[in-house]
Amino acid sequence: MRRVFFLVWKELIELKEDPRLFAIVVAAPIVQLVMLGYAATTDVRNVPVVVADADRSTASRDLIARFAASPNFSIVDVVTSPGEIDPYLVGGRAWMAVAIPPGFGERLARSEPQALQVVADGSDASSINIALGYATNLLAGYAQEVAARAGRAGRAGGAGGAGGTGGAGIEPRVRVWFNPRLESRDFMLPGILALLLLAITTNLSSMGIVREREVGTLEQLNVTPLRRWELIVGKLLPYALVGMIDVCLVLGVAVFWFQVPLRGSVTLLFALTSIYLLNTLGLGLFISTISSSQQQAMMTSIFFFLMPMVYLSGFIFPIENMPAVIQPVTYLFPLRYFLVILRSIFLKGVGLETLWPQALALAGWGAAILTLAIARSTKRTA
Amino acid sequence: MKLIAIARKEFRQIGRDRRTLLILLFVPAFILLLFGYALNFDIRHVRLAVDDRDRSAASRSLIAAFVNSGYFDLVAEVDEKETTRLMDRDEVRAVLVIPGDFSRALRTGRPAPVQVLLNGDNATTATTVMGYSLTIIRGESAKYAPPSAAPPITIEPRIWYNPELRSALFLVPGLIAYIAMITAVVSTALSIVREKERGTMEQVRMAPLDAASFVVGKTIPYFVVSLASALGIVVVSMVLFGMPMRGSWLLLLAALSLFLVGALGLGLMISSIADTQQVAFQVALLVSFLPTLMLSGFVFPIASMPRALQLVTYAVPARYFLVALRAIVLKGAGLEVYWTDLLALAGFAVVVLALASVRLQRQWV
Repeated sequence: MRRVFFLVWKELIELKEDPRLFAIVVAAPIVQLVMLGYAATTDVRNVPVVVADADRSTASRDLIARFAASPNFSIVDVVTSPGEIDPYLVGGRAWMAVAIPPGFGERLARSEPQALQVVADGSDASSINIALGYATNLLAGYAQEVAARAGRAGRAGGAGGAGGTGGAGIEPRVRVWFNPRLESRDFMLPGILALLLLAITTNLSSMGIVREREVGTLEQLNVTPLRRWELIVGKLLPYALVGMIDVCLVLGVAVFWFQVPLRGSVTLLFALTSIYLLNTLGLGLFISTISSSQQQAMMTSIFFFLMPMVYLSGFIFPIENMPAVIQPVTYLFPLRYFLVILRSIFLKGVGLETLWPQALALAGWGAAILTLAIARSTKRTA
Repeated sequence: MKLIAIARKEFRQIGRDRRTLLILLFVPAFILLLFGYALNFDIRHVRLAVDDRDRSAASRSLIAAFVNSGYFDLVAEVDEKETTRLMDRDEVRAVLVIPGDFSRALRTGRPAPVQVLLNGDNATTATTVMGYSLTIIRGESAKYAPPSAAPPITIEPRIWYNPELRSALFLVPGLIAYIAMITAVVSTALSIVREKERGTMEQVRMAPLDAASFVVGKTIPYFVVSLASALGIVVVSMVLFGMPMRGSWLLLLAALSLFLVGALGLGLMISSIADTQQVAFQVALLVSFLPTLMLSGFVFPIASMPRALQLVTYAVPARYFLVALRAIVLKGAGLEVYWTDLLALAGFAVVVLALASVRLQRQWV
């Protein structure tokens, strides 16, 4: 045991000797989390809109004012004819163009039904879908108000109910659980924690070991009386320590700065994070056994582990949207399980009684990769 | 030419490490293939549970409307207790609760409330699912309510460039930018620091060579490799994912080259600053991996970000490349639309390459 302790000590000294590395693994996660925390809103706001107002009436100006007042839109320009909107859309200066036809105000006053043309740039399909929804709602609200003002609410007098449902009929009442404000940040930040941990600990450990082999000091360690497991524990423990420091820092920023609700047990969170660290460190060790240079280690971990995990673990793109053939592949990634665990503990406040399948999968994966890595490293250096 | 000598040396070195070369050339296209197929934002097969306390023809008809919409898969009939359990375990994403007096209310012409419970953890999905359910309920409601007067204004949307709103057309350009960026940064990030660690840097320093030609000489071979791999990605997107090519190939090539040189330069700059490969890798990962994904406008729209962060995105080259790429392939726009973006890409490349050279020059003296 003392020998392990000395090895850990040696590693920590080496880490301290490299102040740049130390700064990066401690400071970088926080900087990243803060930036990404602000960026990670899939909420669509300030959609740039150009209006072609061919009517130039009080009504059309009123409508434009409504677009301008909405936090969802920002008016980039008002032109007079629909022909002028092309350059705005082509150049990406506006995502959406609203064409108000001549006679709009008059027809509105006479309550004649009419259609407004909305041209949208579909290259960002998901945002524009949401923006079109905003526009529809805004116009519906406007139309309702105009109708009410004209005193034509008529027999549909009860139509005050929002959502355009009449007095009779079915009335939807939506309740959103776990994240009632529909804040995507609360969903993304726990995910970033998992990802940063993976990026930092896996790479540190894989490159740290490969470097010792490249430089030749691994040979020296091999001839010391250290047993194999002592060597491995001693090499991995310092990185686990660094990972835990990162977890504390990142958790602090997420909870106290971004006010992400942490509804579940902190103890459970740390316990499962330790298991996750076994996975990431085991993966690092495994990568080090299959790479002969640090460059190879880097390529292998980025292209075969990090990238697929980012995209296929449900971090940003929901697994349930993936084709049925791909979905089983996602079970191969420990990140998938840890994401479910983190998000559930944060947002739902559930405990082990619900999360045991994920916890078990994570433990199994960790045990498997560590065993594999240790078996390979024995053969290699023995 | 000294420059060519350096480039030839690098070429030979790349050629010797077969695994790295193969990864750089072919894995990016494979990854695009996998992701392009796997990822989309189209939400279908939402797992729905129903808590039907009315059990009437009307309630069954509402449930049928949900199932027949094609967006929902009915996975369970539940009561109140079950609801919590299934939602906690993510076994269902939405629960439709139909109260006991639903059909009676409908018959007597009173409003008949139904409740939709949504799992809001992923806000984007939840918003979309909410939209689906409101539309379905509204449609079903119209069967009972007296037809109200036609709404005075309707919206007539026309969508350009991507009329079916296929998410592939939106995702693939983003993936191209992302994969090309990572490939390029990763390929050069270790190239100088490796020589420092192994001690061969001393030999290079002895050679009659200035830092700038060393940096440029290092860039050329990786540029060839990453351009080949990027073109592979573009071809895959066109052949397999139906990405259109509405603009000029020449301009696409120009935009791609500027972007790649910038990314390679970024890698070299990191490499010239770092003292160990570990540091270089960490920095490369931190400046390219997540920022390119999240600050480039690929996944999260820049216009929705806070003002201060929008300023940060100007330092992310993928931001400009994405604008140019979408304009060229989807919109078929001409240079006048995105010349500023190309200029920014060129500026970025010059700045990072210059910084790398200056930094090296200082270490050499």
